[in-house]
Amino acid sequence: MTAFLKLLARNRLALAGGIVLSVVVVLAVLTPLLPLPDPDVTNTSNRYVRPFSGGTILGTDHLGRDLLARLMWGTRLSLAVGFAAAIVAATIGAAIGIIAGFYGGRTDNIIMRGVDMLMAFPYILLALAIVAALGPGLLNALIAVAAVNVPFFARNIRGITVGIAHKEFVDAARLAGLSNTRIILSEILPNVVPVIVIAMSTTIGWMILETAGLSFLGLGSQPPQADLGSMLGEARSALITNPHTSIVPGVMILIIVMSINLLGDGIRDALDPRLKSGALSRPMAATRVARDGPVPQPTGAGLLEVQQLETQFHVKDRIYRAVGGVDLAVKPGECLGIIGESGSGKSVTALSVMGLVASPPGVITGGAAHYDGADLIGAPYRKLRQMRGNKVAYIFQDPLATLHPLYRVGDQLIEAIRAHRPISNEDGRAKAIELLDSVRIPNAESRIRDYPHEMSGGMRQRVGIAMALANDPDIIIADEPTTALDVTVQAQILSLLDDLRRSRGLAIVFITHDFGVVAQLCDRVAVMYAGRIVEEGPTAAILDTPVHPYTAKLMACVPELGAGKRRLAAIPGLPPAVDKLPKGCAFADRCHRVQDDCRAQDIALRRDGGRAVRCIHPETPLTKAIA
Amino acid sequence: MTGYILKRLLSAIPVLLGITVIVFLIMALIPGDPATAILGSYATPENVEKLNRDLGLDKTLVQQYFIWLGNMVQGDFGTSFALNRPVLDEVIERFNGTLILAGTAFVLCAVFGVIAGVLSAANQYGWGDKAITFVVLLGISIPSFFLGMMMILLFAVNLRWFPVSGMWPIYGTRDIWALLAHLTLPAICLAVVATGVVARLSRSAMLEVLRQDFIRTARAKGVHERGVIWRHALRAAMVSIIPVLGIQAGFVLSGAVYIEIVFQWPGVGRMLVDAILKRDILLVQGGVVFVAACYVLFNIAVDVAQSLLDPRIKT
Ligand code: SF4
Repeated sequence: MTAFLKLLARNRLALAGGIVLSVVVVLAVLTPLLPLPDPDVTNTSNRYVRPFSGGTILGTDHLGRDLLARLMWGTRLSLAVGFAAAIVAATIGAAIGIIAGFYGGRTDNIIMRGVDMLMAFPYILLALAIVAALGPGLLNALIAVAAVNVPFFARNIRGITVGIAHKEFVDAARLAGLSNTRIILSEILPNVVPVIVIAMSTTIGWMILETAGLSFLGLGSQPPQADLGSMLGEARSALITNPHTSIVPGVMILIIVMSINLLGDGIRDALDPRLKSGALSRPMAATRVARDGPVPQPTGAGLLEVQQLETQFHVKDRIYRAVGGVDLAVKPGECLGIIGESGSGKSVTALSVMGLVASPPGVITGGAAHYDGADLIGAPYRKLRQMRGNKVAYIFQDPLATLHPLYRVGDQLIEAIRAHRPISNEDGRAKAIELLDSVRIPNAESRIRDYPHEMSGGMRQRVGIAMALANDPDIIIADEPTTALDVTVQAQILSLLDDLRRSRGLAIVFITHDFGVVAQLCDRVAVMYAGRIVEEGPTAAILDTPVHPYTAKLMACVPELGAGKRRLAAIPGLPPAVDKLPKGCAFADRCHRVQDDCRAQDIALRRDGGRAVRCIHPETPLTKAIA
Repeated sequence: MTGYILKRLLSAIPVLLGITVIVFLIMALIPGDPATAILGSYATPENVEKLNRDLGLDKTLVQQYFIWLGNMVQGDFGTSFALNRPVLDEVIERFNGTLILAGTAFVLCAVFGVIAGVLSAANQYGWGDKAITFVVLLGISIPSFFLGMMMILLFAVNLRWFPVSGMWPIYGTRDIWALLAHLTLPAICLAVVATGVVARLSRSAMLEVLRQDFIRTARAKGVHERGVIWRHALRAAMVSIIPVLGIQAGFVLSGAVYIEIVFQWPGVGRMLVDAILKRDILLVQGGVVFVAACYVLFNIAVDVAQSLLDPRIKT
C-alpha cells in the first residue's frame, strides 16, 4: 500500500490532480459553513453583475443570484450526485458481475446476454429513455446515469470473478462446506474490491460529466436548485451577452473532471505492473549506443568481426549485463555456431550486431561490430538500415510471431526487396516466387497469396529464410530458427540452410542451444555462458575434446540431433542472474571441478591454436587438447 | 463474405428484439394511468381513448408488447401527439441531421485520433507525445456542451468565422458550402472527446504492437522506420483499434444530443430531449428504438470491416 502511494506520488500530474480534487471536495463539504450569500435569493435589480464588481467575486446570474455561492452549492451537488451514481453503479454492477462470474453456466449466460443488450445502446438513449419514463429530476438523472454504467462494471467484475472462482482457495472454501454467500463475501469480494475501485476511479469523472449533461439538458436538477450542469443550461441563453455566467460553472466542471482523470490515470498506472518494468516502452528504430571506452579497430579476422561487445539492459535503476565483452568473427562461406542456454546472451549478441536489441531497455555500452571493416555499432541509423537485410539478414525463431500476421507472404517478400531497391509489381512477384522455389516450397505460385497462419510451421520458416535471402546478403544470422519446429522439419530446414550456404557462399551465424544442430551445420562453435564466451574452436575439435566443464556438460546432455530444450535442464542449477554476476567464474556454482581460486578472480579467455577457453581447471588442458 | 454478413445480420435479430423489450419495459415503468401519463399535457379525453386503443392497453403486457412490435415491423411507430405527425417520419427526418453531424464527427475522430495515437506512440515520452497526451486529457475532461458554448463565443461571435447555430442559413441558398460552414463547429466540438479516447487507445495499441516480434522482423529486413510504424505496426494495431471505433460511434451518437442542443442542430437528439420535456412518449420510444437499431447495424459493419482487415477471422 505504501509502495503504491509512493508510486502515485512520484507521478507529478496525478499528485496535482489529487491535490486540486481534495481542495474542491473540502470546499464543497465546507460550503454551508462558508460566509456565502444565499444561492437562491434573487435580486432582479442586480442581474448580470460582472465578476469582481458590485461587491461580488464572481458576479451574479440572470436572476441576480450570487454566482460564487451558486457555484459552491452547485459543485457540492454535482460532486454528490456524481459520486453517488458511481457508487450505485459500482455496487449493483459488481453484484451482478460477481453473481454471473461465480455461478457461471446458465445464470452467467442469461445475465451477460442482458448486459450485452444494454451495451448495444448508445448510452444516452438508455439514459433518456429512463428519464423519459421517470420524469425529469436530479434523482431520476442519477438513476439513469447509474443504470447506464451498470453493464460496464458488471462485465469487468464478472471477468475478474471468473478468474478467482476457480482458484484453489475458493475450492478449499467450498470443500470446507462454506455456503456460497459466505464464499462470495469472504473470499471473492475482498479480491475484487481493488478492481472495483480502479474502475470507479476511471469512470467517476465520466459520471459527473453525464449527470451534468442531463442537468444541462433540463432533465436533471430542477430550479431553483442547481448543479453545475443546470447552471450552464440556464446561462446558455445569455451566452453571448454575459459569458461569465457560463464560463464559471463550465470551468468548474472542467477542473473537477480533469483532476479526477489525472488522479485516475495515476492510480491505474501505479497498479499496472507492466509500467513498472518499463516493458511498455516502445523499442526504438535501433538499439541505443553509449560506448565510453575506445572503439576496437578491425583486425581483418573475418567478414563480420564482433569485438569486446557489451550490451546491457537498463531497467529502472538495475543494470543487467546481458553481453559482457564478446569477440567473434565469421569468414565468407563459414558457419559459426553460438550455443548456450536461454539467457546466456547469445541472442542479444546476435541482435546487437544490427542494432535490433529492443531499446529501451537495451543499451550497447561497449565494443564494436565490423562488417567489411566498417563499424556497425556506431553507424548512423540511415547506414544501418541500408545494411539490414541487404548485407546482413536475420532468420528468427518462431515464424508465426515473426512474420506479419496480416500481410500475404508474397507481399512480405516483395517488401523485403523494396526496402533496398525499387522493383515493379510483376518483377517483385516473379522474384518472390523464385525465392519460395529456392527454399523448396511447393506450388510457390499459389503460396505467395497465403497468409502466415495458413501455412505449417516448417513452411513458415522457409518463408522466413526466403525473406532473409531476398537481397542476396553476405551473412545470415539465424536465431534458433529450428527450435519451434518438430524434429523431421528441423532436419529439412538445416539441410536447406547448409545447401544455401554452399551454393551461395553465405556466411551463417547460427544460434542454438542444441549441440546436435551445431554438429550438423557449423564449422566453428562458440559456447556462451552468462553473457561471455567460455569456449570457442572448430566444431569437430570441441566435440572431440571439450575443454570447459560447461561445454562438457552441455554435450553430455544432448546426445542426439534435435532432442531439444528438456535435456539442457539436466545440468543441475541455474545460470546466475545477469544483474548480479559473481566475482570470478560465473559457472562456479554449478561446476563439478570448481576450486577456491575459481571464485577469487576474473577468469580470462585463453587462446591457443585456434581454440579458446575460459577456465583455470579445464577438463583437459588446452595445450593437450590441441596437440 | 456474403455468408458472414448474413450470419451477422441474423445474429443481430435477438439484439434488436432485446432492445425493444428493454425500451418497452422502461416505458411500462411509467406510474399511474399510462395513457394519461404518456400523453401528459395532451391528455384530452379523445386522445386518451385513441391511445388506449392504439396501444391496446386493455390487453396484458405481453400482448401489448407484441402489438407494438408488430406495428413497428410494419413501419408504424405511432403518432407523435405534440407534433401530430407519424413518429417514423419525424424520426427519419431528424435522424438525417444527426447522421450528417455525427458521421462527420466520427470520421474526424477516427482519422485524427488514430494519427495522434500513432504519432504519440512513435515519439513516446517526446514533446509531441506529451503535448498530445495533454490535449487528449483536456478533451476527455471538458464537457462537450461547455466546449461548444466556448467555441460559439470565440469562433462564431467574436471572430465571426462560422455561423452561430443551425444547419442551414435562414435566408440564402442551401448548398454544400452553407452546410459545411454550419457543420464545422459542431462537428469539431463533437469529435473532440471521441478523438481523445481514440488517440489514447491507438497509442497503447501501437505500443503493444511495436514490441511484437514481427516488428523486429520488419526492421531486420531494412524497412524504413516510417514503414515500420505506418505499414506494419498500425496495420496490426488497427485490429484492436477498430472495435473501439465501433464503441466510439455510440459515444459520438450520444454526444450529438448535447451538441444538437448547443448548436440548435435539427437532429434526433434534440428531438428526443424536446419530446421528453413535452412527455411525448411515443416519439421517445420510436426514436430510441430507431437509433439503437441503426447503431446495431453500424456495429455489424464494423465487424465486417474487422474481418476484411484480419484474415485470421473466420468468415
Ligand atoms: S574456472 Fe573453475 S569453476 Fe569455472 S568452469 Fe573452470 S573449473 Fe569450473
